[in-house]
Amino acid sequence: MSSKTVEPVSETPVNYLNASFGLRSWLLTIDHKRIALLYLVTITLFFFVGGVFALLIRLELLTPRGDLFTAETYNKLFTMHGLIMIFFFLIPAVPAVLGNFLVPLMIGARDLAFPRINLLSYYIYAVGGTFTMYSVVAGGVDTGWTFYTPYSSTYSNTHVTAMVIGIFITGFSSILTGLNFIVTIHKMRAPGLTWFRLPLFLWSIYATSIIMILGTPSVAMALALVAMERLLHIGIFDPRLGGDPLLFQHLFWFYSHPAVYIMILPGMGIVSEIVPCFSRKRIFGYSFVAFSSLAIAVLGFLVWGHHMFVAGQSIYAGIIFSALSFLVAIPSAVKVFNWTATLYKGSVSFATPMLYALGFIGLFTIGGLTGLVLATLGLDIHVHDTYFVIAHFHYIMVGGMVMAYLGGIHFWWPKITGRLYPDSWGRLAAAIIFIGFNLTFFPQFIVGYLGMPRRYHVYPPEFQVLNVFSTAGASILGVGYLLPLLYLFWSLKYGAKSPANPWDATGLEWMAPSPPPTQNFPVTPLVAWEAYEYEKREVPVA
Amino acid sequence: MPEPTHALAEQFDDLEQQRQASTIGMWVFLATEVIFFGALITGYTEYRASYYQAWAAASKHLSVVFGAIMTILLLSSSFTMAMAVHFARLGGRKRLALCLLLTILLGAVFVGMKFMEWHDHYQRHEVPGMGFEFPGPNAREAQLFFSFYFAMTGFHALHMIVGIGILAVLTGLALLGRLAPPRHVPVDIAGLYWHFVDIVWIFLFPLLYLVDLHHK
Repeated sequence: MSSKTVEPVSETPVNYLNASFGLRSWLLTIDHKRIALLYLVTITLFFFVGGVFALLIRLELLTPRGDLFTAETYNKLFTMHGLIMIFFFLIPAVPAVLGNFLVPLMIGARDLAFPRINLLSYYIYAVGGTFTMYSVVAGGVDTGWTFYTPYSSTYSNTHVTAMVIGIFITGFSSILTGLNFIVTIHKMRAPGLTWFRLPLFLWSIYATSIIMILGTPSVAMALALVAMERLLHIGIFDPRLGGDPLLFQHLFWFYSHPAVYIMILPGMGIVSEIVPCFSRKRIFGYSFVAFSSLAIAVLGFLVWGHHMFVAGQSIYAGIIFSALSFLVAIPSAVKVFNWTATLYKGSVSFATPMLYALGFIGLFTIGGLTGLVLATLGLDIHVHDTYFVIAHFHYIMVGGMVMAYLGGIHFWWPKITGRLYPDSWGRLAAAIIFIGFNLTFFPQFIVGYLGMPRRYHVYPPEFQVLNVFSTAGASILGVGYLLPLLYLFWSLKYGAKSPANPWDATGLEWMAPSPPPTQNFPVTPLVAWEAYEYEKREVPVA
Repeated sequence: MPEPTHALAEQFDDLEQQRQASTIGMWVFLATEVIFFGALITGYTEYRASYYQAWAAASKHLSVVFGAIMTILLLSSSFTMAMAVHFARLGGRKRLALCLLLTILLGAVFVGMKFMEWHDHYQRHEVPGMGFEFPGPNAREAQLFFSFYFAMTGFHALHMIVGIGILAVLTGLALLGRLAPPRHVPVDIAGLYWHFVDIVWIFLFPLLYLVDLHHK
């Protein structure tokens, strides 16, 4: 396609990165791939801000006494760590970065259905983030990320209102992203690309989007009511004025439990892409994996009460929520079994993305099984609000989701940037992260089971050894996270140029050049094959 | 390909795909709105069940006649909106603009009446958190009723104002002849939104104005 003749510089073909230059062409872009990169930069910033808070928490917990921070400061640290990591990293990370980049490419479309709304959702995210950072800089929030009332609505003297407004606004970014994906997956698929030929990543993204559009408004309203209560003292959540603090918990968890699946489902989608590619095998039980995503999305809306077992909810409600929570394990286990069955008799290779995917499977399984412990009414009363809970959800969120996110970044990095990164460095970082992660969080299962409560900056001295392990692990984990930042940056300039399909993977996104042109596909592709036909690809395609 | 390209955004293959995408997009958005108002109605339901006597008494402080007139206005606006969608499909530029203008007018009178009602409540010290007064022993619970009343009607009025803004833009476009088929789809989409906001009010009217009406 080289129509221009005398241009010595343009030995690289025109792609979405070099199609236009200047800040304006990035900040006002409606290209889904550039918007994905805007998100990538912003989300990475938030990740490291949240990470600094985590590091400070772990530093304080190195010793049993409160020697670094006061109790009040410590409350703020864990609150802001949670808020930033959940609302500004985990929830948008995979959908807004990899989802934005890949959804149109994977379905053979030129862009999402609503490119301007896509850009709008980025700016809504940025405005929400600004409110949140203002709240952080002005002095922070000490309510815990859950904003439980009436503490958040009546008593806390910190910058709750600004934080709540920030998260309310960011919610709309999430809603618009989900809306865009749902419409795009319904209406923009290339001819021949039926639902059951879709890459499983898209089933995950679709299920995630359903949760985004149906869950987020509930938390938005709950937080809006908290803000009103703070401004006007109208009593909605204040028992002295007839209000019911538990109403907040219901509205909050109606979103925030499904939000856990917003965070993990896209990660499962990534693993479903990586595992077949590096096993050179079709995924085992495609439709089971696909429908388990939808099952998780639906069941996810029926289990929120398991956060309220000890909050004064009726025992019968507790029993039902407990039973429903057990059900979530079924579709989750279906996925794990199917990934494992995909590995079976495959020609497995261990490139960086695969290491992350395998790490995900193991750590997610531990996180998921300990979730069953927490869903059991009687056991939960013992471990509720202890470090056991902290360890459980970090195995899902960090061991699961962050591993999958990094796996996805490493898998599609050559597609996104057109450059290859040094695989040995990648594998080293993956190993460091795996070791650091387990050293950080496994001791927390033990210390939590022994009774160390969460959210305190001091603890009995007998817990110190395990906490020292945890803090040591956290510093290893920190190094592990910095490494990819370095060598991925390095690869932008010095990495070898990537071919269109460096992994010899199936999927339409690998048929576009690396990096893809702005229009993705010069001609809309015609799909006449099933997903993951790895066995049929004896001869690698050029 | 023979279609007028300026009506077709470049990410779509044809106008039908574009129309369907926009329509589904609005339906998905309305699904989020159901949950948004649903969260409020959940809270409403809890407190109404807990404090029925107080809420019945508080509800009697609202004017049923006033609310009924507003309901009729809004239902009429849905009719004119439906006619606007009809004429947009037929391509009647002036009739389209007229119907949109009538819809805006009816909607604006509705919002105006809502503001009058709020003003009355303000003068009677019925605004929660701003010197709220209520006769009898149930002032606390009545304040909760009015909190929900203001939150629900407030968010509804906000949606009305946004809707009026959208319709105003569409009226301008209609007069410029820029909504002629096949570019009439925005009218369809705005119609969906307008009818939804109308339906929300159909829920709010009995929930707020008609609590325990039969004991009057």
